Amino acid sequence: MEKIIETKDISYSYTDSDGQISIVPALSNVSLSVESGEYVAVLGHNGSGKSTLAKLLNLILTPTSGTLYIDGKEIDHNDDDIDKLYDVRKTVGMVFQNPDNQLVATVVEEDVAFGPENLGIEPKEIQKRIDEALETVGMTEYANHATHSLSGGQKQRIAIAGVIAMKPKCIIFDESTAMLDPLGRKEVMRAMERLNREEGITIIHITHYMEEAARADRVIIVNDGEVYMDATPREVFSHVEELRAVGLEAPQATELLHRLRALGYDVPRDCIDADECAEIIVKLIKSEKEKNV
Amino acid sequence: MYKIEVKNVSFVYGQSTPFETSALTDVSVGFEEGKITGLIGHTGSGKSTLVQMLNGLLRPTSGQILLDGKDIWEKPKEISKVRFRVGLVMQYPEYQLFDDTVRSDISFAPKNMKLSESEIDERVREAAAFVDIDEQILDKSPFELSGGQKRRVAIAGVLAMKPEVLVLDEPAAGLDPRGRRTILGGLCEYQRKSGTTVILVSHSMEDMALYCDNIVVMNDSKIFAEGTTSQVFSRASEIASVGLDIPSIAHIANKIKGNGIGLTGNLYTVDGVLDAVLREMKGGR
Ligand SMILES: Nc1ncnc2c1ncn2[C@@H]1O[C@H](COP(=O)(O)OP(=O)(O)OP(=O)(O)O)[C@@H](O)[C@H]1O
Ligand SMILES: Nc1ncnc2c1ncn2[C@@H]1O[C@H](COP(=O)(O)OP(=O)(O)OP(=O)(O)O)[C@@H](O)[C@H]1O
Ligand SMILES: [Mg+2]
Ligand SMILES: [Mg+2]
Repeated sequence: MEKIIETKDISYSYTDSDGQISIVPALSNVSLSVESGEYVAVLGHNGSGKSTLAKLLNLILTPTSGTLYIDGKEIDHNDDDIDKLYDVRKTVGMVFQNPDNQLVATVVEEDVAFGPENLGIEPKEIQKRIDEALETVGMTEYANHATHSLSGGQKQRIAIAGVIAMKPKCIIFDESTAMLDPLGRKEVMRAMERLNREEGITIIHITHYMEEAARADRVIIVNDGEVYMDATPREVFSHVEELRAVGLEAPQATELLHRLRALGYDVPRDCIDADECAEIIVKLIKSEKEKNV
Repeated sequence: MYKIEVKNVSFVYGQSTPFETSALTDVSVGFEEGKITGLIGHTGSGKSTLVQMLNGLLRPTSGQILLDGKDIWEKPKEISKVRFRVGLVMQYPEYQLFDDTVRSDISFAPKNMKLSESEIDERVREAAAFVDIDEQILDKSPFELSGGQKRRVAIAGVLAMKPEVLVLDEPAAGLDPRGRRTILGGLCEYQRKSGTTVILVSHSMEDMALYCDNIVVMNDSKIFAEGTTSQVFSRASEIASVGLDIPSIAHIANKIKGNGIGLTGNLYTVDGVLDAVLREMKGGR
């Protein structure tokens, strides 16, 4: 499999308003890689460096040190080849935390069209992409609505549609589900999974919802600017105590079984799925009841 | 007793324009004094509009908002007094941060309340400690903080007013799990100590189950259901029909029950389900 993203020892330090470089880097010596077509979740406490990492991968920021490869192209901190940067930004699309900063047009449809128009795509194809993108996020009936009149969650879905319409190879979702209702979250998760499975788009999903991260192929945990864990969701979530120590937690299914284990019951530590958890508990209750007779 | 009561309130955005939207249609609901009430509903259902009514930020197109039984719009000129009594942490509050330093941002409301320097100082320190913002961050610019850090600062700004009613619109969205627990768990504790009436908007059913006494459900600009937390979450299929859900642990409990095993008690939190499972294993005692 080819790597779409590779970072070698990248670090980043912000410069504050007085021009002082921060003593504590936001990211330090991060080495990781993402294969084309992978679906990776990124977890980490507030201020751990997730958004900084996302901005480096999308070249909004360039690393203070270290090297970055996006779709095979090398990028380092003194890179100023505009064409190359433009190319890479096209490769990695990004949906930010706050949709208000992302919506550019006054009407929903125009907003979704903005990205593809800038890429010089022909009008007929653009219309098709708008329709598909709005459908994917469940906002078809709002095509002609004013963007300012939408609720927080509705705006978020339009922002996602705008990125989908540009058909990038990789999309980074920086907490794009944070403001959605349960159904909206399911719709967006389904959309992400569809983009990943059916269109082969690489997905990097930054989230604070453990249940969402459990659905990824791989989970990367960032802690204080460093990669703390990088493994399958089952592996990562089986370390309940370590997760707690870095400000995170496990899905409720894992947590329930963890509590039972702590009380001495023999249940697996790496269950992250509700159905599986229910089955395990049904078996446990039945066998315990038999012991009691 | 109701601390705040919403009576037949309707609200229309952009009245007599092509984008006229009814955000609230004849809404009547009460918020019990000294309780934590959760407000849930699909995106666009009208939650943020409703909570902005409660401190007089928006004025009903028709209907009344009663605070301690008194219409808050009786004397429109005195509406700013209501804003000190009913503290509102708006949705996306981090975009309202504007001052040079975190400290001056948090002290904005206490200053407006004309408190003494030393009292302001104390309130800022208390509020910052409460949301887990370090002393050293107080002198930073709010624009140099991460998303979650900004959120905490915004919450601290409202806490520093010590309002009688605390209304929080999605206070924990974007916070890491420890942050959610610190903020929401801390709010619970604060609420119990101070007797403040709290209204909490959230899309996290897990948080609602953990922290709320009562829940109000909105759907398409109207009240869909209200009751105690367990009453509301026991209506799983109705909840799903309006774009919401029950907590994921409640799904697990339902699946266990589907296998002919009787679980009883609070089946909406991990603690509750754990207790129920343990009781059932010991033969239902
Ligand atoms: N524009 C900025 N200027 C200076 N420092 C910044 C800036 N943005 C972020 N930082 C700092 O860099 C660190 C990492 O921030 P980042 O936004 O990457 O965290 P995050 O993991 O995305 O957090 P969250 O979960 O809260 O979104 C934090 O300590 C933060 O205070
Ligand atoms: N400033 C505004 N101008 C016009 N219409 C608005 C405005 N704000 C909200 N609306 C509309 O009013 C309705 C209710 O919106 P509101 O923001 O109260 O919903 P909400 O329940 O808070 O949603 P969310 O969960 O997404 O935050 C929606 O249809 C929305 O599009
Ligand atoms: Mg972030
Ligand atoms: Mg809202």
